[in-house]
Amino acid sequence: MLDFISENRKPIITLALVTVVAYVFYFLDEIKTTSVLVFGWGYAVPLVLAAMVGIIGERTGVVNIGIEGQMLMSAFASFFGSVITGSIYLGMVIGILAGLVMGAFLAVAAVKWEMDQIIAGVVINIVAAGLTSFFYAPGKTLPQLMPVVSIPILSDIPLIGPVFFRNGLFALATLFIVLAVNYAIFRTRWGLRSRAVGEYPSAADAAGINVLRTRMLNVTLAGALAGCAGAFLALEAAGTFARGLTAGRGFLALAIMIFGAWNPLGALAAALFFGLSTAIASQLQADEVINIPQQFVNLLPFVMTLVVLAIAVGRVRPPAAAGQPYTKEG
Amino acid sequence: MTETKTSNKIGFFVRNQSIVVPIAAIFVAFFLGGILIFLQGVNPLVAYRAIFSEAWFDSDGLLRTFQKTTPLVLAGLAVTVGLRIGLFNIGAQGQLISAALASALAGIYITTLPPILHVLVSLTCGVIVGALWAGIAGLLKAYRGVHEVISTIMLNSIAIGILDYLVSNPFKEPDQALQRTKKIAETAILPNIGVIPFGFILAVIICLLVSWMLNRTTAGFRFNTVGKNKFAATYAGINMKLMVVTGMLLSGGLAGLGGAIETLGITYRFEPAFNAGLGFDGITIALLARANPLATIPAAILVGTLRAGGASLQFETGIEPEIVDVLLAITLLLVSAPILAKFLFKGKAQKSANVTSGWGN
Repeated sequence: MLDFISENRKPIITLALVTVVAYVFYFLDEIKTTSVLVFGWGYAVPLVLAAMVGIIGERTGVVNIGIEGQMLMSAFASFFGSVITGSIYLGMVIGILAGLVMGAFLAVAAVKWEMDQIIAGVVINIVAAGLTSFFYAPGKTLPQLMPVVSIPILSDIPLIGPVFFRNGLFALATLFIVLAVNYAIFRTRWGLRSRAVGEYPSAADAAGINVLRTRMLNVTLAGALAGCAGAFLALEAAGTFARGLTAGRGFLALAIMIFGAWNPLGALAAALFFGLSTAIASQLQADEVINIPQQFVNLLPFVMTLVVLAIAVGRVRPPAAAGQPYTKEG
Repeated sequence: MTETKTSNKIGFFVRNQSIVVPIAAIFVAFFLGGILIFLQGVNPLVAYRAIFSEAWFDSDGLLRTFQKTTPLVLAGLAVTVGLRIGLFNIGAQGQLISAALASALAGIYITTLPPILHVLVSLTCGVIVGALWAGIAGLLKAYRGVHEVISTIMLNSIAIGILDYLVSNPFKEPDQALQRTKKIAETAILPNIGVIPFGFILAVIICLLVSWMLNRTTAGFRFNTVGKNKFAATYAGINMKLMVVTGMLLSGGLAGLGGAIETLGITYRFEPAFNAGLGFDGITIALLARANPLATIPAAILVGTLRAGGASLQFETGIEPEIVDVLLAITLLLVSAPILAKFLFKGKAQKSANVTSGWGN
């Protein structure tokens, strides 16, 4: 526990500070603060999940620019999967499977074929945009709404309860996914091996780790999380599918990954920062406290991404072998 | 005797695989697309004939094909120039549309200039705005190590938002429901010569110039060196920061020229719906052309043809025009992934472009 705290000092301090500030505001205006936090967390959920995809990939040495396309395909598959099967649960499964397939696709292109990783990712995005807009059929609705589940006891905590523990299934799962990914990367044999492959593949290889297989496996499995992110957007957040539904979130997630220093908890804090800033800006706009055009409020996350990257890149260290294909010598 | 002849023939194909692979990819994409069209209950041959007869064998259609092609040539060239220097400019879209608006404003609000000069000034405004918009990504990459793929994507979204505000408020055409600017002044219009827009000729000339610059000048040699091996380039004393910023400025300027030409020669005003997706087609074109500036012209003609003919496809067969996106996506996939090249040439397949760089350099 102490190890955990000392290793994750920055994200924990950030989260603690945010919590204190949130409760101060909660004390001042209960309804508004809750709604800002609900909006902020809803905004953060797909970013956190997508950032996990990026983190798992890069920790193993594969850059994933195609998260956007992976999410878009999964959102499409989960929505129309629900419509066709008549069950939102089957739609969830179909969305996650679509994510796995998209993950496997990047894995094959980037690891097996040694295609340039950035180009492979961009191609995934363009292919996903093309396929989803061609097969898109307007006017369909979900067979049922995503059920809202309350976790007993936890959901009764003022403020935090309704925000984090009374949600649809994906939003509920996200907190646990982050903790699980964090644990898996830093505390398990799989995590140690994956990190070795991402930092120093030839040494990992010499130690008997199958570099290519590890990369293939991790990039594919990470795709399932992109599937969750996409399914969240279609089934839980929007409740529908539209062309270009993901709206650049896959790229924001990469900024969040870097801002969080390739650390799952760091990414969670970074995504909350993005979500809360956007939520607060929208609230201020709605209250007419600030009077700037809506278009500019919508731009906030993109501008923040540029600023955050300009500050963070260079101060944080990426996994040493991220982006480099590995060819066994000899 | 005959044996050497055959191997020479194979050798010809292997040597020219940068041409063979894209053409094969297009055929495979049309075949797969044909299956999709067939599944929708339409004869693929009828559908493809609808696209091509509209795009090429109809004088209005032919003009429209060239009009679609013109900005695409420059968008493709913009991405190509970036690839040659190891930069992946995903932001041609944002650069192109900001330039399109800038040249429209110059075309509308400057009223005192004589015809040719007015066109030149408006084009220059577009080029400068496009270059500066890309230059932000160049500076961020050179001095802060921000990867250009992320920064240019963000700049795309930012440009779309700002332009949306500008054409719905200060520069909106009065008494008009659509969000668009007024028409540009007569003096700022780039004319058509028959079915060929003057801008198309300009785009072809620029392609020739860029090709000459990359292959025959010191600056081009530097570009290629940086693109092929950054470390060797640094060791040879090439200023990497300067090269990154110049590369982005040049790439953005070309995309900007594409946007400006489109405004002045084709649409005569700025309307966001007109240039949606042009920059992304530029990526397809550049990868289809294997980052060869001259090859962007036929690649852009292909994409322009599909875009121009796609509209009539829906009218005649009921197939959604988005089939064009699918065709292009499959082509792009086959051109950029080594599947097709490996299948055709086995061990002799060439590697395609390489633009991955770490986050921090």
